[in-house]
Order: sequence, then structure tokens, then C-alpha cells
Amino acid sequence: MSDMSAPLPGTDYEHSTSLGLSNNKMAMWTFIGSECLFFGALISTYLIYVGRTNEGPTPAGIYDVPFTSVSTFILLMSSLGMVLALAAIQAGEMRKFRTWILATGLMGATFLAGQFYEFTVFAAEEFNLTTSPFSSSFFVLTGFHGLHVALGILMLLAMWTASMMGRLPQQLHTTVENIGLYWHFVDIVWIIIFTVVYLIPAATTAPG
Amino acid sequence: MAETEYDKEHTHPGVGQYVEIGIILAVMTLLEVILFESFDRGFSTQVGIPALIVLTILKFLLVVLWFMHLRFDHKLFRRLFFVGVALALLVFGIVGANFYLGPQPGF
Repeated sequence: MSDMSAPLPGTDYEHSTSLGLSNNKMAMWTFIGSECLFFGALISTYLIYVGRTNEGPTPAGIYDVPFTSVSTFILLMSSLGMVLALAAIQAGEMRKFRTWILATGLMGATFLAGQFYEFTVFAAEEFNLTTSPFSSSFFVLTGFHGLHVALGILMLLAMWTASMMGRLPQQLHTTVENIGLYWHFVDIVWIIIFTVVYLIPAATTAPG
Repeated sequence: MAETEYDKEHTHPGVGQYVEIGIILAVMTLLEVILFESFDRGFSTQVGIPALIVLTILKFLLVVLWFMHLRFDHKLFRRLFFVGVALALLVFGIVGANFYLGPQPGF
């Protein structure tokens, strides 16, 4: 049995942990656990106010589900890009890693552009943050999710830049894994939002 | 961030498995959209909405267990995450109960 508290040989980043687990990974999982509560509260609020439209647009009247479906597909595929980037850096294939990390960031940016477009269309239809309790809870929830995606894109770009400068060697693949965990979390939140915020309310508030 | 002894001893899925999971996720999303569109053609929401929820839970678990490696990683990470999920569900239950059973806010 290996000595779990032993420092790591052969790296400039040696440290020991009592559990033999990466402190950074533990911190990331703790952060993700707390983020579950954050988004849980926002989704709960949305579900409570989804029927309170103040005679403004209803979910069925305002959502463009086919458009959001494409955005959802792009974000899901970005998660695939992320794991392929991780597999590449673990295998020491740095060129492939940079390609996948850039592709992941671009897919995230496409999703974000789609959300910006959606918000612009909503604003043109006088559906904004102050229209109704439904609109407020919708914009706060999806807006915070978009902010998380934006932060994720910045982290992906930072990793890509660091790799281009030779400052992200294969040994630091756990950094990529931890940022990947964040990116996948953003994805699973959207998986829930897509069904709970878009599909079900749009189906249940449709006329007839 | 350094690689620990634990990280060295645990393997993750290969590229082939990642791609398989990605394809399954894409197909499930397509199924969700087909289900949604079928509501306009008279498909029962009483059947369709539970089916949408099941598909969402399956997609959630596929990403969490394979892409986030919780199936392969240390059980402590699994606990940290699912405690967060359980607390989120508790918040949802309490807020929902308070809203529907308590005094109305008057919007």
C-alpha cells in the first residue's frame, strides 16, 4: 500500500494530503456542492413564479424551443469536447488538447451568443426583468447560468493560453480536470433548466 | 495543481467511451425535443412530462457519473456532490411547501 501522505516526487508542485486526494479537486467538488444549492434555490423560485405572468407573455407564448434545443445540443457537445481535451492532456497529446479546449470554448461562446440573441428577442417583445414575477425569475436564473458559462469560457481560454506558452505541462492535467468539473456542472444545470424551465412550462401553458 | 497518489491509481474512461456517452446524450436530447413537439399533435402531457423528467435525470447522471468521473472517483467526491443535490431538493421542498401552504405574497 502506498504512503498516501507522501509528497509527490518529480514535480515542482509537491505537497502531501492526509487522504491522498487532491486538495484542489476536493475544493472544486465542495464548490460544486454549494452551487447545487444556489441553482436549486433559483430553479425553485422560477417554478413558484412561472404561473405569475401579470398578463404578460407565458412560457408557451415567448419561448422558442427549437432554437433553445440547438443551444442545448451545442452545450452538451462542449462537455464532450472537454472530456476529449482531458483525455488528450492525460495522454500527453498537447496539440490535440489545445484543439479540443479551444473547440469547447467556442461551443460555450456559441451557446452564450444564442442566449444573448434570445434575450434580445425577448426584450423586443417587451419581456424583460421587470415584466412579471415569471420574467424576473427566468432572467435571474438563466442570466446567472450565462454568467457561469462566461466564467468557464475565460478559464478555458486561460488554459489554452497557458498551454500555448508552455506553462501547462502534462503533469498538471488535474488542473484541466478541475476546470472540466466546473464546465460539466454548468452543463448539468442547463440539462435541468432545459426541461424544467423551457420544455415543461411551454408544454403545460400552451393554449388548447 | 499536482497529481496525487490517488489520481495515479484511478483510471478514467477512454476516448471511445466518452464519444459513446456523447452520442447517447445527443440522442436523448433529440428524444426530448420529439416528445415536446408531440404534445402539439395530441400526445398526453401526463405521459410525456414524466418521460421528459426521466430523460433529464438519465442525462444528468450520464454527465455526472462518466464525464465528471464520479463513477470512478473517490466516494468522498460523490458524497460532497450528492449532499449538495439533496440539500437543493430540500430547499425546493421547503420553499414550495411554504409558498403553496403558507400565506400568498400578493403579486
